[in-house]
Amino acid sequence: MAKVLVVTSGKGGVGKTTTTAALGAALAQSGQEVCVVDFDVGLRNLDLVMGAERRVVYDLVNVTQGNAKLAQALIKDKRLGTLSLLAASQTRDKDALTEKGVARVIRQLRSKFDWVICDSPAGIERGAVLAMRHADIAVIVTNPEISSVRDSDRVIGMLDSKTVKAEKDETIEKHVLLTRYDGARAARGEMLAVDDVLEILSLPLLGVIPESREVLRASNTGSPVTLCNPASAPARAYQDAALRLNGENVTMTIPRDRRNLMGVLFGRRAA
Amino acid sequence: MSVFGFFKRGGTATVTGHGTAPVARERLKILLAHERATAGKSELVVVLRKEILAAITKHLSVEPENVHVSMQCEDAISTLTVDVEIPGPVDMLLAAAG
Repeated sequence: MAKVLVVTSGKGGVGKTTTTAALGAALAQSGQEVCVVDFDVGLRNLDLVMGAERRVVYDLVNVTQGNAKLAQALIKDKRLGTLSLLAASQTRDKDALTEKGVARVIRQLRSKFDWVICDSPAGIERGAVLAMRHADIAVIVTNPEISSVRDSDRVIGMLDSKTVKAEKDETIEKHVLLTRYDGARAARGEMLAVDDVLEILSLPLLGVIPESREVLRASNTGSPVTLCNPASAPARAYQDAALRLNGENVTMTIPRDRRNLMGVLFGRRAA
Repeated sequence: MSVFGFFKRGGTATVTGHGTAPVARERLKILLAHERATAGKSELVVVLRKEILAAITKHLSVEPENVHVSMQCEDAISTLTVDVEIPGPVDMLLAAAG
């Protein structure tokens, strides 16, 4: 049965789009049919991160408004046959997406794919609510930084009140994905550690993505990091996260700076 | 302050720029405890206003913008204030509503 997953955070710039592309590609590599959907109407970027910006003809808004068929708007990835993209529109009309239209498109996507991954816009407004509305699973992307954790907490509250599942008194499965994590700094007590964030948000951990130059290298070239450099540390962390989404029990790797053994030994927490 | 005090985490840590994560953690815990306690209430006021308005308009004709609902939360007691502006004398309206 198809699963609808929302990648959300509240705060902008924490890595939602990077995560959507990387998890989407990793799940598609396992042979499952995956569609990544950009809900950031007006500020679309998933097409760019996926390297498909010149192939967008029709978008999510065209399909929700009935101006294009879903099949016309889906862009098949050139590297992975099992991966598709539904781009956002660049319209400045913030009411371009309608509740009904989104419900219909999600229903159609569910019948075609194993995974529908919705890349939420930042903020807590309409766009973010529509992106999470039909989700079965939520991945809350958080940086080890106070404003990001606070906004994640806010979004968790919205997931528990504004989603279809919440309205039917069902629980939505929620996971924290910690991104831009610097193990050495966390060990020195300069940065919130994994346990700090988990204790505050009281949610299970889907993975910890280390701060890495590979992430920027991947977006520069328009390729999900899991395809661009599959052996890199962030790619491996995303691959493990994808396995966990598939219900596999994978040992959690918490990144740490091996060069700085003193920091690990004498830090507040050997993260 | 001793030399060791300079390296101690916590208060002085903010000055040195090192080991500030515990400060962040404590600030977050306090802030979120407060925000979680008040989060549902703003929604509650919206729901209450909607239902109060529906109940009133069954019997009286009032403009939605003339119905104000607010809640003040104090430690010992909280107050819910409902302020409804009704045009004209009520007995006339009552007669009209039958």
